[in-house]
Amino acid sequence: MLAVRDLAVRFGGVTALESVSFDVRVGSITSVIGPNGAGKTTAFNAITGYLRPSGGRVTYDGAALTGLRPSAIARRGVVRTFQKTSVFPALSVEDNVLTGLHLRSTAGFFAVLAARRRLAAEERALAAEAAAIIDFVGLGHRRREVASALPYGEQRLVELAVALAARPRVLLLDEPGAGMTGSEKTVVSGLIRRIREQGVTVLLVEHDMRMVMGISDTVIVLNGGRVIAEGAPAAIQAHPEVIRAYLGASAASA
Amino acid sequence: MTRAGGFILAAAALTLPLWLPSAYHLHVAIMAGIFAVLAMSLNLLLGYTGQLSLGHTAFFGIGAYTSALLTLKLEWSFWPALATAAALAGAAGFLIGRLALKLRGAYFVLVTISFAGVIALVSVNWIELTNGPLGLPGVPAPELGSWSLRTKTAYYYLVLASVGLSYLVCRRLVRSRIGRALVALRENEPLAESVGVDVTHYLVLATVVSAAMAGLGGVLYAHYTRFVSPEVFLFTYTVTMVIMVVAGGKGTLAGPLVGAVLFTVLPEALRAATSWQWQMLAYGVLLVLLVFFLPRGIVPRLSAVVAARRPEPAAPAPRA
Repeated sequence: MLAVRDLAVRFGGVTALESVSFDVRVGSITSVIGPNGAGKTTAFNAITGYLRPSGGRVTYDGAALTGLRPSAIARRGVVRTFQKTSVFPALSVEDNVLTGLHLRSTAGFFAVLAARRRLAAEERALAAEAAAIIDFVGLGHRRREVASALPYGEQRLVELAVALAARPRVLLLDEPGAGMTGSEKTVVSGLIRRIREQGVTVLLVEHDMRMVMGISDTVIVLNGGRVIAEGAPAAIQAHPEVIRAYLGASAASA
Repeated sequence: MTRAGGFILAAAALTLPLWLPSAYHLHVAIMAGIFAVLAMSLNLLLGYTGQLSLGHTAFFGIGAYTSALLTLKLEWSFWPALATAAALAGAAGFLIGRLALKLRGAYFVLVTISFAGVIALVSVNWIELTNGPLGLPGVPAPELGSWSLRTKTAYYYLVLASVGLSYLVCRRLVRSRIGRALVALRENEPLAESVGVDVTHYLVLATVVSAAMAGLGGVLYAHYTRFVSPEVFLFTYTVTMVIMVVAGGKGTLAGPLVGAVLFTVLPEALRAATSWQWQMLAYGVLLVLLVFFLPRGIVPRLSAVVAARRPEPAAPAPRA
């Protein structure tokens, strides 16, 4: 279980997160929603080590993640994606995913220089695994293409494939549907469900309410750096404070 | 590069002393080889991790001085001196790598420049050890068993073997998970970290290997010119290495080799062709044209042309 306790992040005098606590149940799809500036991405950054929290702690299966570097957190099975599309732009889709498989391979410096037969076997296994992941996200026909040349929606799928390659046990997705067309979002929702079916716990930040309510088991609502509600999608949609703080505001501006 | 092309190149390199017309030409070939080692070393950092070192002369000089001092003052034989010099340059690379941990881009450049400046000052001022600006004359020629590598032909093969070894090290690194980790840091560091690439580990590793390789270049230089002075730290050498890597094609295996040969041969050819004022002018104009028309370097452009001629349905040529 991923547990967030009293997590606080302050930038100088500005409080981005003020004592946020929540649990992400193993095998669940949990969404974090909230108006812009609510602190959703800040929470992601603090959980995954990209930001040192001013207070509080994050544990995964009882072991503390706070204070670890992002790469060390990834090694413990907690892997994230980014809000702004984030791929290795000059590399092919295949090389993007192979790079994501970093933790799945073990060869060290001397093993690489010695180039024994075991190394070639490992490389072949990685290539097969990369191919399987690329097929899983539906980019088999794009394998050899340079990531930056792909349309936006497909780049987001590359990003998802790279994160999956790291074999997450908890996958944090920062607005996986942002900028996608309706049909692309349906594809992504389907993928997220299938990822969960493989035993991966999913925590996502998302603005698209239809997507959030459609796939989440639990929804956590952040506003002004605090959790204002937590519960099943139906309960959240009916929650008066959520309607006031979030749904009401967005309906008024829309 | 195709397999056949590789064989032809290797055969040409191996038989070079047989068909080069003069010792002078062989000298140019030896210098091209030494610079190829240096350019490959710089490319490992600049081309793959994306970090520019403008202090590579420090590692080059540490290699040259260490090996010269060990063979001159302690009368070590060449091979252990070579290994120690490369190791010491690698250790200096470790220091710089650790120091530059939190520093990337412009800051990394500044750290490396300053480091080279400090090492150069030491070489000038620690007169008891380095003989100061007068330098260390009489560095012995290497020996292989009872066979002295004093002749240019023998030395050429030593340099060629070093180029081959450096190339092999670069190639194996680059085509492994280590190379992918280095490129990941260049392409997108936060994303690389998110999939578990340890930034510190891989930046330090790349710096150490690069520095040791530059140290090897320094050893080759010292025992070839048989003289080491603070001139090995001249900024010109750094600039030359950068030009070779960038013009040849950074982030490619063959790029630094092509760049090293081209930019060792070119000044010599210009010198034979014209007076020195025109040499510098022609060199400058050629460089500007090269960067203007082949901004990614010679090798990437050539591979794009080759790929375009043999279109594969699965892999369209990348837009240059």
